[in-house]
Amino acid sequence: MESERDLMLDGNAAAGVLQEIFGEEMTTALTTCDECATGSQMAMLRVFSGGPGLVLRCPACEAVMVRIAQTPRGTFVDVRGVRQMRLPLPSIR
Amino acid sequence: MKRTLEWQIATVKAIRQETANVKTLTLALLKWVPHRPGQHYDIRLTAEDGYSAQRSYSIGSEPERHGEIDITVERIRDGEVSPFLDDVVVVGDRFEVRGPIGGYFVWEASDGGPLLLVAGGSGIVPLMAMARHRAAVGATVPARLLYSSRSFDDIIYRADLDTLAKRDGLQVFHTLTRSQPEGWQGFARRIDDRMVAEVNKPFGPKAQVFICGPTALVETAADAAEAAGVAAERIKTERFGPTGA
Repeated sequence: MESERDLMLDGNAAAGVLQEIFGEEMTTALTTCDECATGSQMAMLRVFSGGPGLVLRCPACEAVMVRIAQTPRGTFVDVRGVRQMRLPLPSIR
Repeated sequence: MKRTLEWQIATVKAIRQETANVKTLTLALLKWVPHRPGQHYDIRLTAEDGYSAQRSYSIGSEPERHGEIDITVERIRDGEVSPFLDDVVVVGDRFEVRGPIGGYFVWEASDGGPLLLVAGGSGIVPLMAMARHRAAVGATVPARLLYSSRSFDDIIYRADLDTLAKRDGLQVFHTLTRSQPEGWQGFARRIDDRMVAEVNKPFGPKAQVFICGPTALVETAADAAEAAGVAAERIKTERFGPTGA
């Protein structure tokens, strides 16, 4: 039996969905956890994708930072666990 | 590069068996754009009843190969997507993909080195794109790969890694965790602090480290690289889970 931790991924696995929502490459965006104030690039967040949606947790305190659910009615995004997000400057490439 | 992610149709151009349960699919893309080594594509399969499943697959090929990409698929038991890609797909089949995606776990020759790559199982795939890119542009950046597989027959890209070692100066260190052939000269245990320190020795704190594999391996190797003096900002990780499923 695999534990939820064995099934854990990281923000790299959510890169496509995040880019779809925010319109930018987001794995290098800096997010601050609302619970413990740790700053992490989104690639480093813990990602749990076993349920119907995606849950992104803080790598330091494991608080839920982002929830994403894609449904036939649209995409629900809950970012209550993020205090601040710093998007990368638009790249010039 | 601001670019909306758009789905496009990929056509399977070739299929290569890598190990007993791992295959590489070469996908031809009409709207191909050069990727950064380490990036991935999302693949979407849709059934006749409209049900669809989506997964991410790392690109194993170098961006210098135009018009097509390689993805390498490990068959996950009870998986939803990988058994289809592994058993059902034949040359000429088409499905939807979007990419390239990701900007964190990427390395280009211009980023310099020295480069320490650490992989477990199918975690080798994005690192292979980096190693092949390094060879394709003739980069002289020193590069070492520490690669953990269960057995000799489970080593993905074995022949290609031998070629990269002989021809392009990639130093490859294998470890086989479950069984070793007679006379095996490489490591024969799970990746640990001592092993990472030994392989990284000539690079010391200057190493740029990329680690990809299951969570346990990623955490052990990242801690070991830090213990070897590499600053956390120079260590990038990607957890490869059974999502390949």
